[in-house]
Amino acid sequence: MPDPGLGIREFSSVSHIDESPSRHRSPPATRASETNSKHSYSVLTAFCTEENIPQCVAYVNQEAAALGLCGVCVEARGAGPSLGAASALNLLYELLQLQRRGQRTLHDLETQQLKNNSDLEHLQHNNSRLKDQLEHTRRENSGLHEGERQLQLKIRTLQRYLKSEKEEVQKLQSIIASRATQYNHDAKRKERESAKLKERLNQLLVDKRDKRLAIEVANCVGRADGKRSLWKTSKMEARHEGEMYKALLSDYEGRHQVLLQENAELKKLLQLMKKDMVSMLSPRKTTRAHMPAEDSLEQAGSEPDDELCEGSRDPLEQMCEQAREQLANSIRLQWRRLKSHMQRLDSQVSLAASREQEEVISRREHEEAITHMKMELQQCTEFIQTQQQLLQQQLSLPCDEETAALLNDGYLLEEKERLKEEWSLFHEQKKNFEMERKNFTEAAIRLGHERKAFEEDRALWLKTQFLNMAPFVGHRRHATSESHIHSAVSGAKVPSSPALSCTSASHTGLSTPTSDPMTLPSTAELYRTLQLIPDSRCGATMTKSQLRDSCTDCSIFSVVRDGNSAS
Amino acid sequence: MNFSEVFKQSNQLCKVSPDGKYLATCVQYRLVVRDVNTLQILQLYTCLDQVASMEWSSDSLFILCAMYKRGLVQVWSLEQPDWHCKIDEGSIGLVSSRWSPDGRHILNTTEFHLRVTVWSLCNKSVSYIKYPKACQKGMDFSADGRYMALAERRDCKDYISVFVCDDWHLLRHFETDTQDLAGVEWSPNGCVLAAWDSCLEYKMLLYSLDGRLLSTYSAYEWSLGIKSVAWSPSSQFLAIGSYDEKVRILNHITWKKLTEFEHHPTITNSKAVVFKEVEKRPVIPTEDLSIQQIAMESSLFDIQSKYEIPPLPVQVPVVKPDPDRANPKIGISAIAFSVDNRYLATKNGGFQVQSLFWHCSGDSVVLLGKDQLCLCYMATDEEK
Repeated sequence: MPDPGLGIREFSSVSHIDESPSRHRSPPATRASETNSKHSYSVLTAFCTEENIPQCVAYVNQEAAALGLCGVCVEARGAGPSLGAASALNLLYELLQLQRRGQRTLHDLETQQLKNNSDLEHLQHNNSRLKDQLEHTRRENSGLHEGERQLQLKIRTLQRYLKSEKEEVQKLQSIIASRATQYNHDAKRKERESAKLKERLNQLLVDKRDKRLAIEVANCVGRADGKRSLWKTSKMEARHEGEMYKALLSDYEGRHQVLLQENAELKKLLQLMKKDMVSMLSPRKTTRAHMPAEDSLEQAGSEPDDELCEGSRDPLEQMCEQAREQLANSIRLQWRRLKSHMQRLDSQVSLAASREQEEVISRREHEEAITHMKMELQQCTEFIQTQQQLLQQQLSLPCDEETAALLNDGYLLEEKERLKEEWSLFHEQKKNFEMERKNFTEAAIRLGHERKAFEEDRALWLKTQFLNMAPFVGHRRHATSESHIHSAVSGAKVPSSPALSCTSASHTGLSTPTSDPMTLPSTAELYRTLQLIPDSRCGATMTKSQLRDSCTDCSIFSVVRDGNSAS
Repeated sequence: MNFSEVFKQSNQLCKVSPDGKYLATCVQYRLVVRDVNTLQILQLYTCLDQVASMEWSSDSLFILCAMYKRGLVQVWSLEQPDWHCKIDEGSIGLVSSRWSPDGRHILNTTEFHLRVTVWSLCNKSVSYIKYPKACQKGMDFSADGRYMALAERRDCKDYISVFVCDDWHLLRHFETDTQDLAGVEWSPNGCVLAAWDSCLEYKMLLYSLDGRLLSTYSAYEWSLGIKSVAWSPSSQFLAIGSYDEKVRILNHITWKKLTEFEHHPTITNSKAVVFKEVEKRPVIPTEDLSIQQIAMESSLFDIQSKYEIPPLPVQVPVVKPDPDRANPKIGISAIAFSVDNRYLATKNGGFQVQSLFWHCSGDSVVLLGKDQLCLCYMATDEEK
């Protein structure tokens, strides 16, 4: 049993009926049965059945009216409503027409589409081809531009060349012109001269009087150098030649000497340079192999050079050549080494500079440190200057107690030091003094004793004398008293000259004996009288030497004084 | 600077004797000899005609007066005013006359340079030298006076003859490789003879005393060549001034160019000092005379002039010479070495400087212009 109203619309592929009428909804059951009526039996029954013929007709009419076709009419015939055959056939025919038209248009459209496709393809093809062509022409264009530019360059160079050539041509032309004027000038001059010559010749031919050339001299003059002139002989000629060659030779020899000197100096310079270079490079020598070779070179170079310095003799000519070559080679070698070394250093420096920032910074730091130190130095000097200034100010101006105390302390220290020194001096002097005083006192004591003895002797002697006024005086006593006196004199250990003893003797001889016992004058009195103790007037700083001198003086004076006091 | 009174002279004939004691001037046909210090007239001689050339002998005992028109040469003695000597060249004429270095021979060049006659005052003898060349400097005596070089031309070829001045014996005679020999000059040491070609070809030839060619030098071709030549007093350098405004110096060992000096119209060298004379003349415009590296004194008379130092670069005024004339006024026309070999003075271009001479002490240069005299002192840095 076919399903009438399940909504399954199965359209056959043949008829592409407009879907628009099918859109107008009719009960899906009837529609389905109607549309499928022609094609499948089951469908026919689905759309139109006996019962729904008028509905189907109405629907068909509706659709036909929508399409602009005539409708069908329903005839009532016999059993039930049925379709008017003519109208139905008309409708059918129109539908067929419609369909045919549709097919035709479809066909047309299809062909049109095919054509369009082919056109499109064609156009695309063309497009790509044209693009390629465009590329190609563009490339050609650029190539042509390039060629044109090169040609322009060539043109310019050629123009320049042309200009230079023109200039040269002009220059040559000017040269030619100047040469031509010079030639013309010379030619004219020569022509004028030849004309004059011709004229003169004519004149001479005509003029028969021939003025002879002659010299009139009052008297012959002696030669400038006073010598007599010599005859012209071959010996003279030889001598002239000899002199000429001598002059040349002396000139050459002089030049030779100069050149030799120059040579020697340059060689010395080269030697020095070599030594310097060797010394510069030798600490950096790593390979020992070089050293012996270098040494040998040096030795070999030095030996002939030493010989050279002595003097160049003929057998050494060859050696000189060798020596020169060796020296030159060794210099070259050293120079190459030096160069390579310098290059290495340069590369190192550049590497160091480029490699790390630290290196650069260290240099910068170094410079900074230097500047810093300079600044410090400057500051320190300024500081010192200000301090000096302040010190000056302090010295001149009154200052507060602390600083004053400090200063005083300082001064006191100084004074203490000085005082210490002076004390030490003083002590020394005092010691000396003491010694001398001791000596004095001893001497004085001795002297006193001796004087006493002497006085006694004198008294004795006088007594004896007096007693000897009588004729029977004993000579013994005289002698004894004399001997006493002599002993006294010799015994006096006064640290003075023998003249002193004489004076003392004379003094004693002259002066009369005193009865007073000898009172030793105190040393203090002595010194005071001798103005050795300054009575605290003058300064305590008497030098040792002064004291010593004064001591000796006082020793002399003491004896004298004693002598005086004795008398 | 003091000037004496003005004395008359003719033909610019005014020369001081070689020993420096006398001054000889020629006035028309008279020869006046004065004492240099007092300028009193010592001797007065009368010649037969107007004197064209006058020369002292090397020992200052004789004076030569030449009268070219009449072909006469008269010689006067200073010691014996009565002594006279007259040399008559006869019909052959006279073009130039000069002393030999020993002061006892007179060399007369006859007209058309036909020959050189050598007259001896000692023995009245005469010698002839044929075919001397008429050129810029055809005859030169060596410094010691022993040799004479003479340029000759025969059969369209140049030769040089070297004579011994003692007895005029021909020592050497050789051909030179020049187109047109223009001059010869001995080096101060007398061992090298420089010979150069005319200005049409730049060629300098150096011959040894015995006639061997030592070297040739040619700086360039075709353009006008050598204009002036000067030896340095030590014979170490030879300065060649040419028409291309450059001075080239050759060294005596290799005879190759040592250095060359340019004369640029614009002076830009920072070491150069330019003194520009500015004259205060009311009517005539200022005249410029700028010279390198020298200090100057003021000029004559009462024309106010002073020297100012313009800042570098200085443009030296150049007068373009007429290119159509022969011997154009361009190039180095005067070169002078100072006596101590330290300085070289050159004159380039058409400046009106007639002559250029160094003082024998080596520190001053005299420039003689057409109507100006300039004394230039070199300022040295060392204080003595």
